[in-house]
Amino acid sequence: MSLWKRPQIKLGSNNLAIGGSCHSTTTTKKGKKSGNGQSITIALAGNANVGKSVIFNHLTGSHQTIGNWPGKTVERAEGILHFDGYDATIIDLPGIYSFSTFSLEELVTREYIAQEKPNAIINVIGASVLERNLYFTLQLLDMDTPLVICLNQMDIAKTKGITIDAKKLEAILGVPVIPAVASRGKGIQELIETALDVARDGHNTRGNRVKFSDAVESRIEKLAGEIESQQLNLDYPSRWLSIKLLEDDSEIKKLVGLKSESIVSTSETMAKEIEDGCKESCFSVIASERYSKASQIAADIQRQETVKATFSDRLDWFTTHKVFGYITAFVVIAGLLLWTFTVGNYFSNWLSHLLSFFESTNPNLTGSMKAVFWNGAFGGIVAGVTLVIPFVVPFYLVLAAIEDSGILTRVAFMFDNFMHRMGLHGKAIIPLILGYGCNVPAIYSCRVMGTRREKLLAAFAITFVPCTARTIIILGLVAAFVNIWWALALYAIDLVIIFALGRIALRVVPGKSTGLIMEMHQFRVPSLSVVGKQTWSRTKSLIFMVFPIYVIGSAAVQGLYALGWLGPVNHALSPITVTWLGLPLITGILLVFGLIRKEMVVLALVPLLGTQHFNLFLTQPQLILLAFVSMLYIPCIATISALVKEFGWKPAAAISVANLVSAIVLGGIAARLLALAY
Amino acid sequence: MSKSTEEYLEALYTLTKDGETASTTAISKRLKVAPASVTEMLGKLSNEGYVNYQPYQGVTLTPEGFKMAEKMARKHRLLERFLHDMLGIGKTMVHDEACAMEHALSDETARALCQTLKHPDKCPDDGNLIPPCDLQFSSCEECRKWRGGSLEQVDRRKENIVSISTLKEREEGKIAFVRGDNKVLRRLLDMGLTPGTKIRISRIAPLKGPVEIAVRGSKLALGEEIACNVFVEKTAN
Repeated sequence: MSLWKRPQIKLGSNNLAIGGSCHSTTTTKKGKKSGNGQSITIALAGNANVGKSVIFNHLTGSHQTIGNWPGKTVERAEGILHFDGYDATIIDLPGIYSFSTFSLEELVTREYIAQEKPNAIINVIGASVLERNLYFTLQLLDMDTPLVICLNQMDIAKTKGITIDAKKLEAILGVPVIPAVASRGKGIQELIETALDVARDGHNTRGNRVKFSDAVESRIEKLAGEIESQQLNLDYPSRWLSIKLLEDDSEIKKLVGLKSESIVSTSETMAKEIEDGCKESCFSVIASERYSKASQIAADIQRQETVKATFSDRLDWFTTHKVFGYITAFVVIAGLLLWTFTVGNYFSNWLSHLLSFFESTNPNLTGSMKAVFWNGAFGGIVAGVTLVIPFVVPFYLVLAAIEDSGILTRVAFMFDNFMHRMGLHGKAIIPLILGYGCNVPAIYSCRVMGTRREKLLAAFAITFVPCTARTIIILGLVAAFVNIWWALALYAIDLVIIFALGRIALRVVPGKSTGLIMEMHQFRVPSLSVVGKQTWSRTKSLIFMVFPIYVIGSAAVQGLYALGWLGPVNHALSPITVTWLGLPLITGILLVFGLIRKEMVVLALVPLLGTQHFNLFLTQPQLILLAFVSMLYIPCIATISALVKEFGWKPAAAISVANLVSAIVLGGIAARLLALAY
Repeated sequence: MSKSTEEYLEALYTLTKDGETASTTAISKRLKVAPASVTEMLGKLSNEGYVNYQPYQGVTLTPEGFKMAEKMARKHRLLERFLHDMLGIGKTMVHDEACAMEHALSDETARALCQTLKHPDKCPDDGNLIPPCDLQFSSCEECRKWRGGSLEQVDRRKENIVSISTLKEREEGKIAFVRGDNKVLRRLLDMGLTPGTKIRISRIAPLKGPVEIAVRGSKLALGEEIACNVFVEKTAN
């Protein structure tokens, strides 16, 4: 089914032949070092939701490293493809729609392509939304990099009744086009072969650049000629620079302006001429022409055979319905939490049982110092193991699946206006739900929000979301000794608090909110590899950030307590804990423990009280109040350090103080209300 | 055009905004005049070609009347924003104040107000949409940069355009104008909402939520605050 049979790119070396032998793409065996010693880099680029990550997983298997782009809070995924003696580096670029500079993702992508100059780019396009995908392809062609197009999601196109002539697209664009259904591994083999071919012999596959209308094209060429004659020595190709200058791209203007003021002013004059002629901004003219080209190509190569309502369309109707939509959202989120705690509880009990075989996991606050430290550290490990693996992993697994399926996009659609009242938009629903697992990866996932202000507001809201550790407190204190309804009420009250504080934060953080612009992609069966990778990357941030803090923090706090250094804390905090909140004196120290690991509030209560029957020492209102305050009072250290990493010290401190103040104020009010109720 | 004609057209603009007909009673209540005078005035407006009026059947605006009415509504709501945002006048007072001032407001001043207030989209008291101007600028940015003498030199838009936030599900239109700063405009252009592009409303989220539009073979959700600034020329399905 090889489509790309252009002879001139068919192999300078005999290492590779179409249809030749292939090591499994997921092989872990180190291949022979690159056939001729050259190192090959291939980048994946394309819109969001076209299956780029699935292809990335196919290409690299388990050889992946996920980090940040230098100096930017944008995720960078890199992996190695071993294939027929080659070790190719594969970079998964962020999913974007254009090369404007409105998002960091777009900036990172264009800088990468221009500066690092990968040997080839695989442009993944969604076969069912050709027009918009081709709009990006046309921009990639102007970037002057060797290109291979992967026409993915052919199956989705088929269910929509669309057939596509891939060969024709190949002829029009002048670059290889490989049809694929990546979710089922179809076409991957050929994609790898072609991409490696192009990477090694890229000069022949620059593709046919699309010409604009005469008015625009003549000016682009003139400007490009000027750029070349002045030898600006910029990383970007001169044609691309010219287009960006005409589009009034501020970054590029700055870049070119440093070398030559005259080119920038020439471009401004030209843009003005185009604008006067077309009665539209030059950016709009260029976008329109590009889109009409993309639309024309799409019309040329695709045939809509039957227009039928697909299953996805019907599901779409249901999940965005004014009644069923909210029911779906509720069922999905409640189901996710229920599943997490049912499965989590089972495994957690089982695991802590297993671990307590080695050592007591309950905090030990007396005895020899060595024993106390060891017990603290061990308790930290156990807490990590019994919380992360049983609760958080099943949570992430199911969350990643519903995320990949497209349901969360609909939830975001339905809840956009609620989010908007907190200065956020629909997309913030994902980080917020993530927070119910653990706040740490949730804070990292705030990157989906467009601006720093929105990221901050979302992160602030997340710190009030009861993570699994806080759920353990609510279950351990309230559900166990009061009743389940009070426990559920705490959850409901928490939602109100998040909403109210979100609105206050909105007033405090200056700036304007941006609106939601979100692609509503088709529903699909979640890809196992994408779900697995997503779960792992979120779990990893727990293991590397939360685990060490759990272990060291627990040992330190228990040790300090046993040394008697924390004894005065109870008294120091008593004006707040005893006088204002009406809690027993020992809660002071509990809340200090909770700073390290929230669930320590419950766990440390056992040795401090000398019993598991908390209701002997605390009244029901006190139990409810303690759970309530623990739910709000300050982010745990792991969360604070995540905040510091993403936003810096000041915002992290401000958020922590805000949590503390609201817990004290609201706790005091709650104490008085509870006194009335009981 | 007399002040009272303007008042009537403006009232009709608000009362018929969802494609309904307005009743004489509703008009008399809104303008605080006797039903008999309303009937008389409607006859006059009908003769002048601004309204379609059949006694006892309610009244609608003609395309010409709609244009005039929209202009008045725009001036009124811009003034409300100005009084509220710049002068700090309370929400309950801005309506009457604006009513008194709007008739004296020239197009030039309305344009200056719009720019100073950074092309606002909703009025402060009841959240009604501020209609777009009819100046043939392709974007607010272009209007801001324009340094011509009199607005007489600027072409006027002939066709009526409506915000997609006012459309119903399955209605269609062609992108005509996007109000607001360049950033949102460019983002939308990149997503394929170039001038003249056909769109169809495929879903509207409840409670003034986002609008989902079908455009270029894909579906795009636009938050209400973005949708209310995207204007289309309505086309028949």
